Amino acid sequence: MIGIGVLRGMGVTFKTFLETYPWGRGLLRALRIPTTNGLVTVEYPDVKQQHHERFRYFPFLVYDQTPDNLRCVACKICEQECPPACIHIIGPAKDEQGRPAKAHGRTYPVEFDIDISVCMSCRICVDVCPFDAIEMDNQYELSGFDRFGQMVFNKDKLLKPNDYFQRIKPTEAATVDARLAAKKK
Amino acid sequence: MQELDQVFVNAKGWLLSLFPIGLRPWVSIAVSVGVIAAIAPFIMMYLTWLERKIIARMQNRFGPTRVGVYGLLQPISDGIKMLIKEDIVPRGADPLLHILAPILSLAPAILLFAVMPFGRNMIAADLNVGLLYLFAISSISSYSIFMGGWASRSKFSILGAMRGVAQIISYEVPGVLSVVAVIMITGTLSMVGIVEAQADQWFVFTPWGIVGCLMFFLSGVAEVNRTPFDMPEAESELVGGFHTEYSGMKFALWYMAEFLESFAICAFTTTLFLGGWQGPAVPFWVLGLLLAVIVATGTKLPAPIRSVGAAAMLGAAVLWRTQVIPSWAWFLAKTYALVFVLVWLRGTFPRLRVDQLMGLAWKFFLPLGLVNIVAAGIWWSLRETPWFGWIASAVVLALSAWALVLANKPEPLQPRTYIYAD
Repeated sequence: MIGIGVLRGMGVTFKTFLETYPWGRGLLRALRIPTTNGLVTVEYPDVKQQHHERFRYFPFLVYDQTPDNLRCVACKICEQECPPACIHIIGPAKDEQGRPAKAHGRTYPVEFDIDISVCMSCRICVDVCPFDAIEMDNQYELSGFDRFGQMVFNKDKLLKPNDYFQRIKPTEAATVDARLAAKKK
Repeated sequence: MQELDQVFVNAKGWLLSLFPIGLRPWVSIAVSVGVIAAIAPFIMMYLTWLERKIIARMQNRFGPTRVGVYGLLQPISDGIKMLIKEDIVPRGADPLLHILAPILSLAPAILLFAVMPFGRNMIAADLNVGLLYLFAISSISSYSIFMGGWASRSKFSILGAMRGVAQIISYEVPGVLSVVAVIMITGTLSMVGIVEAQADQWFVFTPWGIVGCLMFFLSGVAEVNRTPFDMPEAESELVGGFHTEYSGMKFALWYMAEFLESFAICAFTTTLFLGGWQGPAVPFWVLGLLLAVIVATGTKLPAPIRSVGAAAMLGAAVLWRTQVIPSWAWFLAKTYALVFVLVWLRGTFPRLRVDQLMGLAWKFFLPLGLVNIVAAGIWWSLRETPWFGWIASAVVLALSAWALVLANKPEPLQPRTYIYAD
């Protein structure tokens, strides 16, 4: 019949319209029409989406036990590999005679800055790091009012314990820990 | 119940009684104009809210929820935003025409409210040529659209304006033809006269009425450039069409005109075909009682729905019998139901191509409108035997619609042969 496709199309949208209301779903159920919850919107600031474990946003520096026991040795590979060049490292730290200063048997960076407004979340820094010192975080609510004061993260802001890494990304952390343990032997 | 029905009329009468007799005609005009000027922006604001809500629900979204409860203050915040935005006139544009065009498009949209019969005795000006006034005023929008497109000095604007003029002029023809049947039957051009002629039967329940109603409504949708007929402002092709170069409050005026016109189209469809401010003449309370019995005894439905449904039907039947629903409530309910249909159409259909759009007007609506006049004539001349007239005009309309669809069927495309590629 003429126009039946038009009416069928309008039926589809009207069913979707009803499915977004509880009373509409009740009505459809009463009429024995299979329904789903029509609303797919996650109202972000009130409700947060459950992210997958491998969701990544921005790198952080890993330390074991205490903040001065960081894994980074200031080798600057990540600084060189970073495609948008958002990592800035000063170091390794030197003592008065100009010899490399060490903490827990490792050299360490004096300054370690990442410009998060430039970072493109590519994870290349994590891949190239020979010491598994840098990992990807899943924090994404990082907005601020000051371009250089708040958007450039220094060493204090970037340092996070290994426990945190194990908590947010259990699978990846287990692999990294196994690799580090094998290296230590 | 008479008091509730006439509450606005009585309020105006009381207001007029405060003034000396010599001033009363002028105060009456001022009050009518003031009320229309006050409610028109209000209607427009909440039409945008309604449209955004409904369309969002049809697309599995919430729509505005942030500003106020259910986003009810969203239109106000939008209005404030529009007011404080920068007003940009493109270099090389004609500044006078650029500001005149949105005003010229808004003015007729508000003028249409003058002949809108909101309820019994609730019409600002009961012109004896109301229908003529409606078509005369609503045609002005083609001038304003072309003026806006031309004054913007932008190729997108001028393209959109050209499309708009072609479309509006094309769809005016079936729009007028669909109403000719109503004029034939009622013998009047006055809106009040047309509504009162539908006391026994809404015109939409006659064969020529349903065809005329669909044609008038769809031509109206095309005339106010709403999806699926929004060729003049096709976002995907023309950026914004004739209002590409408009910003701030001028842009808001364009939108206001568009929304008020779409409200007017719904209101006049209600007036001309859906009985205006009349409740259904069919003794619907009988139907309500019947439905109550059917719902209560329907074994397929779950028990709570049966009881609630039966109670609701019974309540509706009692309400109907006692006629507590005032005339303006009928009119607004029908108009907003049509507004819902308008948004529903927008939520369902993609935009037509230009040739499809013109084809619909000239190849389908125009001949069908002419046949519809004949069908209305048949219906009228056989009014002594209503059922026979009803069937005869229905057969004529169905046959001609079927023939038109057959005649307009595009030839199936043949497999393409590539001369040079093989």
